[in-house]
Amino acid sequence: MADQMLPDADDALESGPLLFYNEAVIDHFTNPRNVGEMDDADGYAVFGDPSCGDQMKLWIKVSGGKIVDIKFKSFGCPGAIATSSMATELAQGRSIAEAKKLTDDDVIKALGGIPENKAHCSLMGIGALLAAIQDFEQKQATKA
Amino acid sequence: MKPAHLQRDPIYLDYNATAPLLPAALAAMQPYLTGAFGNPSSYHRLGRQAKAAVEEARTKLAGLLGVLPREIIFTSSGTESDNLALRGVARARGSQGRHIITSSVEHHAVLKTCAALAAEGWQITALPVDANGLVDPEALRRHIRPDTMLISVMHANNETGVIQPIGEIGAVARSCGILFHTDAVQSFGKIPLNVRTMPVDLLSMSAHKICGPKGAGALFVREGTGLAPLITGGSHERGLRAGTENVPAIVGFAAAAEQIIRALPAETKRLTALRDFFEQRLQELIPGVQIQGKNAPRVPNTASISFLSIESESILLHLDLLGICASAGSACATGSTEPSHVLRAMGVAAEASQGTIRFSLGHGTTEKELDFTISAMRDIAGRLRSISSVAVAS
Repeated sequence: MADQMLPDADDALESGPLLFYNEAVIDHFTNPRNVGEMDDADGYAVFGDPSCGDQMKLWIKVSGGKIVDIKFKSFGCPGAIATSSMATELAQGRSIAEAKKLTDDDVIKALGGIPENKAHCSLMGIGALLAAIQDFEQKQATKA
Repeated sequence: MKPAHLQRDPIYLDYNATAPLLPAALAAMQPYLTGAFGNPSSYHRLGRQAKAAVEEARTKLAGLLGVLPREIIFTSSGTESDNLALRGVARARGSQGRHIITSSVEHHAVLKTCAALAAEGWQITALPVDANGLVDPEALRRHIRPDTMLISVMHANNETGVIQPIGEIGAVARSCGILFHTDAVQSFGKIPLNVRTMPVDLLSMSAHKICGPKGAGALFVREGTGLAPLITGGSHERGLRAGTENVPAIVGFAAAAEQIIRALPAETKRLTALRDFFEQRLQELIPGVQIQGKNAPRVPNTASISFLSIESESILLHLDLLGICASAGSACATGSTEPSHVLRAMGVAAEASQGTIRFSLGHGTTEKELDFTISAMRDIAGRLRSISSVAVAS
């Protein structure tokens, strides 16, 4: 059989009433935002441990005190991928001061909720974001 | 209009979790769900009719296994059969010793029952397995003690399909005069079992794994094996399992067993070819793919496949969105972040065990379905790896 075109997320959503995750989570899982790496990042962090089930790498570009670009890569379950994606979306365009105030609850709320036993996944996106901001601030301090 | 792939039925590759009821089993059950509703313990004609149906099912199942009808105890499930074997022997023979030997790759029905017995003062030894998932019968011999009174080692593993050397293990048990139980839930109906000639004293089976109904299981108990009941009450099942028999499920169980075992030689050939093709294509098309238990004897329908650097639930959800049903390791472990105890016992590295999917084939599986699944898996692995923070080591 020849290679088949696989459906995009919109088609996929029609496939079942039985999904464990809501549509927003499925959307961020199937089409994660801001995936990639950055060569000239101002801040970078690795968060989590793949041998424990999830890991995230996150890069930020900062200009005029604002996060002007953000990229991530994640290894993990659908909850980890979706919350990573949403965390980058929430941080994109915010000032460093605002971004530092983001919490995992903000991520969960923005996704319209995630199953309770997946709540710990949402810590990853925010954890990685705060660690990348810390890395940025340390670099600024050494420059100064 | 829905895209073509959503207009078809799901592709079901989870036969080790459960299997669809055979039409022949449903037809056999139907009378006992309707007009023939009697209680087998009743004196009157409806009771006698139900009793006859249960005994006919027992005779049929015993015939398929090469054992005596009175050596078959009907239960509610494979799990209950395992519980009856372990706790039943422990209760009946506890005075002869309080040491049980099992393996580290057993189903939870055995492992958790052993843990419960340990809490009651029994001593449990869980034998290690090698990288292929096999127990070493010589290691078993070394762990036998004067107070060892039961050995329980599964026949085929639910996650990997690996078949333990039951003949050799049973021979060791026999030579030491120790009872031997095997959980055959994943081998019965998948490979030929001649229980008469197998050196086992107790053997667990489940109906719904062989396309029978859920709610019926059986335990073979070789004549002369002392066993105490777990459920007491009436004298059903020779006093070893009280409670009104689940007549339709028992009848459906025997009908399914008859058909599955009749089809076994042809199905073995067909499924082995399909499974081998499936594994080979995945390895050819996708980098970083490992097949667990590949060098051990395996039941023909099971493929335990590790996709390095991606996570199994993410794979399962992508498959599910495409209408493909599979499992991550053991179905019972989904929802917990614990890695599979089976793969851990085999020494599979975390980076491989976390991306392991069990595809289990059955009578409804076609080459076309596997072709679709192969190209779906290629796409899914590509997508998840393009997101993954872990580099693919191939």
